[in-house]
Amino acid sequence: MGDEPMRAPASILPLRLVDVSFAVNGKVIVDRVSCAVEPGPRTIILGPNGAGKSVLMRLCHGLLAPTSGRVEWASPERPGERRRQAMVFQRPVMLRRSALANIVYALRVAGVPAGERDGQALAALEGVGLAPLADRAARVLSGGEQQRLALARAWALRPEVLFLDEPTANLDPGASAEVERIIQAIHAAGTKIVMTTHNLGQARRLGDEILFLNQGCLAERAAVDRFFNQPASAEAQAFIKGELPWT
Amino acid sequence: MDLRRRIVLAATLVAAALPLAAQEKFITVASTTSTEQSGLFKHLLPIFEQKTGIKVRVVALGTGQALDMGRRGDADVVFVHDPAAEKKFVDDGLGVNYKQVMYNDFVLIGPKSDPAKIAGGKDILGALKKVEGAKAPFVSRGDKSGTHAAELRYWKSAGIDIATQKGPWYKETGSGMGPALNTASSMGGYILADRGTWLSFKNRGDLAILVEGDQKLFNQYGIMLVNPAKHAHVKKDLGNAFINWVTSPEGQKAIAGYKIGGEQLFFPNYKGG
Amino acid sequence: MIIEAIYGAFGLMAGLDAKLLEIVCLSLQVSLSAVAIATALALPLGAAIAVSKFPGRQTLIVILNSLMGLPPVVVGLVVYLLLSRAGPLGQLGLLFTPSAMVIAQTILILPIIAALARQAVEDAWREYQEQLRSLGAGGWTAALTLVWDIRFSLLTAVLAGLGRACAEVGAVMIVGGNIDGVTRVMTTTIALETSKGDLPLALGLGVILVTLVLLLNAAAYTLKEAAQRRYG
Repeated sequence: MGDEPMRAPASILPLRLVDVSFAVNGKVIVDRVSCAVEPGPRTIILGPNGAGKSVLMRLCHGLLAPTSGRVEWASPERPGERRRQAMVFQRPVMLRRSALANIVYALRVAGVPAGERDGQALAALEGVGLAPLADRAARVLSGGEQQRLALARAWALRPEVLFLDEPTANLDPGASAEVERIIQAIHAAGTKIVMTTHNLGQARRLGDEILFLNQGCLAERAAVDRFFNQPASAEAQAFIKGELPWT
Repeated sequence: MDLRRRIVLAATLVAAALPLAAQEKFITVASTTSTEQSGLFKHLLPIFEQKTGIKVRVVALGTGQALDMGRRGDADVVFVHDPAAEKKFVDDGLGVNYKQVMYNDFVLIGPKSDPAKIAGGKDILGALKKVEGAKAPFVSRGDKSGTHAAELRYWKSAGIDIATQKGPWYKETGSGMGPALNTASSMGGYILADRGTWLSFKNRGDLAILVEGDQKLFNQYGIMLVNPAKHAHVKKDLGNAFINWVTSPEGQKAIAGYKIGGEQLFFPNYKGG
Repeated sequence: MIIEAIYGAFGLMAGLDAKLLEIVCLSLQVSLSAVAIATALALPLGAAIAVSKFPGRQTLIVILNSLMGLPPVVVGLVVYLLLSRAGPLGQLGLLFTPSAMVIAQTILILPIIAALARQAVEDAWREYQEQLRSLGAGGWTAALTLVWDIRFSLLTAVLAGLGRACAEVGAVMIVGGNIDGVTRVMTTTIALETSKGDLPLALGLGVILVTLVLLLNAAAYTLKEAAQRRYG
């Protein structure tokens, strides 16, 4: 390292969604959503099943291209450059290798030099409490362990933004609690959290602000306390009361 | 395994598959399936190889295909048994050093039950007339081989226009002598075969030799070098060594010495200095 | 006659007939070389088609799948015409050598391995796609990662190619010429012995051939099962 001060790369936040829509075969799944995602608060995208939460998240992360509108990061990612956002899916997808090797793979793709990969991977495993399972085949781990591994993998990449798509939907309460604890730790370390859930309790526990999605539209946006105590929109009220029909 | 390593692996395997520089002397001889299947080459070639150190690689096909191989230059020497086709080959400038080597004979094979009643005869043309008359099942090789060409000549000489007079009784298999014999054996049909293949054929079933000894059944073999003027890569010295040996007293004696069950198959008849 | 043939086959093997050994070794050499080369070319090809989008992709897939059914004798004829002295590659002097047989068999089985690999990789891509792209692995990186990850499933594709290569007689007969001691392999020997009417011997050889292929497949299956248990 030289004597020059390290220039931190420009932040990719805020993320701006401008009139973003996504339709498939004429069916509109995300309908003209506009908002800005700022650094800092933990953002929860809440809504009933079929509201378009997962699709919206994939649009933000770049896995899908909007059929109209724009997804603009403050500092656009160029192909070939290390990614500064990561995503954890509802079902973790692991390669047929050891837990450690899965994280090492992610680091290799990210361009981390060979000598540093093992160390960083092990540290990430320790952070989620999986260090004893480092050499176990990742795909034989339990659902909860695999999800923690997915988090470790994402965290090892030191992303600025971490997207999480219903990360605990398939887990038992014990595993869910573990995952929530890890998410909090990642946030405490400085990563912006953007998460979808349809679990009200989880939204309350983990969120700072709520983006409420209903039938593809952004129905309401508010700080978490205000949202749950005084929801402004009729749909939000119905949802909280559990009356919203399945779409 | 990343891409670069894969390419190196593939290239190494390709290189390993390519022929190593041929250390041994060898010639490629295009001959016929009936000659090879008679076992003559297994008997003859080791004698030649021991004497000269030249290995002979025989590719056994039908006469038509063997001559075609010579035409393309894929063989050094052609050794078949169709004098008319051979003469044309030489006249077309495709073959040189053309010599007659030996003869064997054709025999008319058929089921012991002999529906056409030709057994014991010595007249091939008469026998074929009876087969056609009785519409008895007859298997033809139908593959432009020397045997097939001979068969067609006999039909013609017997006054039968087989192309128009054939019926369901006439089966063309388009195959070599062995497969055709297999077919005749399984259906109890008549078939023209060379004695050599018949003597070493093991699946005779109900078949036996019914007509033999007719002078017309004489089957002459000729050998020639593929013209090096047309194909520069032809191994002319090694090829000529083989041709000259086969027609030398020693080679001719070796041919006569080949017997199956005590019976001689081929009769050397090279005349000339 | 089949029982006779099986006994005959064991007799042949027990006798360790030198000629037979030569023929078996050549058969394995030719087919395994062809499989190795074809696999090295076909796996990246199949993987590339599986993960890419380009115009005419569907047509290419249909053509590739159809090429699985290439008749061996047609491949043999085409390679013969190419390698013949009268043909474009005659200078190489490869006709009637084991190399020509390897070339012909490689061409024959390449589409089989590529088409089956494409299917397997495409199925895996569906599962892995989002995660791999999320990590920033695209194009070649993703394709090769997938191929490595499903390598034991791809073994099935490779075995299909091996089976075809060991079983075929049309291609090697034409380009090899079935020359005694040089290009005679198990399948061409079986054809020859059949045409000579020596059916028991031909059957015996057939039994040996089938047994060999069975052993190869059994070995591969065991490997696959062990890997499945280890890696999940």
